Amino acid sequence: MTNVVAEPEVAPPSRAVHIAPPDRATTPREAEIGTVRVEAVHLDFFYGETQALFDVSLGVPEKSVTALIGPSGCGKSTFLRCLNRMNDLIPDTRVEGKVLLDGEDIYVPGLDVVALRRRMGLVFQKSNPFPKSIFDNVAYGLQINHIGRASELPERVERALVRAALWDEVKDRLRAPAFSLSGGQQQRLCIARALAVEPEVLLMDEPASALDPIATQKIEELIYELKTAFTIVIVTHNMQQAARVSDRTAFFMMGRLIEYDRTDKIFTNPGQKVTEDYITGRFG
Amino acid sequence: MTRNRRRRLVSGLFTGLCGAAVVLALIPLIFILFYLLKKGVGALDLSFFVRNPRPVGEHGGGFANAIVGTLILIGTAALFAVPVGVIAGLYTAEYRGTRFAAAIRFAADLLNGVPSIVVGIFAYSVAVLPVKRFSALAGGFALGVMMIPIVARTTEELLRLVPDALRDGALALGATRAKAALSVVLPAALPGILTGILVAIARIAGETAPLLFTAFGNRFFSTRLDQPIAALPIQVYTYAISPYEEWHRQAWAGAFLLVMIILVLSILARTATRRLERMHRA
Repeated sequence: MTNVVAEPEVAPPSRAVHIAPPDRATTPREAEIGTVRVEAVHLDFFYGETQALFDVSLGVPEKSVTALIGPSGCGKSTFLRCLNRMNDLIPDTRVEGKVLLDGEDIYVPGLDVVALRRRMGLVFQKSNPFPKSIFDNVAYGLQINHIGRASELPERVERALVRAALWDEVKDRLRAPAFSLSGGQQQRLCIARALAVEPEVLLMDEPASALDPIATQKIEELIYELKTAFTIVIVTHNMQQAARVSDRTAFFMMGRLIEYDRTDKIFTNPGQKVTEDYITGRFG
Repeated sequence: MTRNRRRRLVSGLFTGLCGAAVVLALIPLIFILFYLLKKGVGALDLSFFVRNPRPVGEHGGGFANAIVGTLILIGTAALFAVPVGVIAGLYTAEYRGTRFAAAIRFAADLLNGVPSIVVGIFAYSVAVLPVKRFSALAGGFALGVMMIPIVARTTEELLRLVPDALRDGALALGATRAKAALSVVLPAALPGILTGILVAIARIAGETAPLLFTAFGNRFFSTRLDQPIAALPIQVYTYAISPYEEWHRQAWAGAFLLVMIILVLSILARTATRRLERMHRA
């Protein structure tokens, strides 16, 4: 309720919603949320001249699911990709501010980006298995990072597939091409691939947006399982999904973090008028 | 109503014009194939494939030396043109925005446009003059120089067809850029790159000019890389301008064989490309 500062009612919600500057109190203190694993501190992001993120500060607690929601183009995916520096790959982009992983800035010069990405797994919106066998897809990250001995490989692949709830469906055809799997299975394969290298944080960019309801349900159950072991950040367009799977929800709009709080609070009693308008489907 | 009719008339007219242009473009091809079939098939027999040329005045003989020679020349050319071309294509695809990549691209297009006789002269001065001997190696080098730009450009185009998501997927798992390119992007484009190589081979298999003063041709059977070697197009040329009726028939057969080789290579290339396209749709 801290955010309910007598704010003038924004008269009829329209496309161009007037946005109040984000409240500085949006990042909760550690005492409230437990150990913060990943934290953005006054993060700005630019595509060339265009600023895509404005002063985002947000702390992701350990072993929980944090959902990023907001209308298209609000910067939630951009924010997610700032966390493992995937945006570095886009030419002419610029970051200001900090992203801390376990208290250490990942944007300091000379940091090993390759090692960073190993610690922060990323699952893409559209499943992107490599044109290799099921086994080789999961083993890929282990092989390129030289994790474990070669003899341990089958065991590690199995563990990742079990964790991704795919093992029972593929254990008899590990040598089959990954493209022979269904869409939902391919996405779980990509999750298994990300889990195989034992990341600390799992970033998911709308992992179920291209899947049917049953496959989506499987992914959601999986996310629920995985949060016991991993810190998860998930971007989603589906508000019910955010409500179902996440512990905390961050609402982004036009590059700004509007509100960040416990999921139940965001969905039942949001502190900002725009959050409520978005959640109740009045725009977006 | 009249406007509508006029519109349909104009549309029909232009469709007809396009069709006519296609037919016109196909006429030479049809004539070539027709003539080759008529004159070439008759002269093809077993001895054409297994015998070497006989001295003038003797009956029989064949193109065995030229068939083997052409295979050796193509093999030599591919041996150095494929790695160079593929790696150059990989570079221009992965670093597509850089100035160096643009320079390579431009150079490849330029090299592609250099007349084949000029490539022959270049190979002559580089690979023949210093050792003072025509050789299969020099011929292979000349053909390889012609292959490189074709392989490089097709490789680049096909690598660009590989979805970025694959590359990003590898990078997100902690792959370096080089690792992602070599272990994920390149294998995904492999069928396409093979196509590019086949197209390049089809393109150089019939080249005559670069071989005239490099491989030089040879009336005898030879597989040595340091000696002059026979090649189908050269032998077809020599036989065609000879005054002997039997040689003319063999020249037709040789020309027919050349075109068949190119046809088969093109069909193989088409099937490989189709498989690649299907993979992308999946």
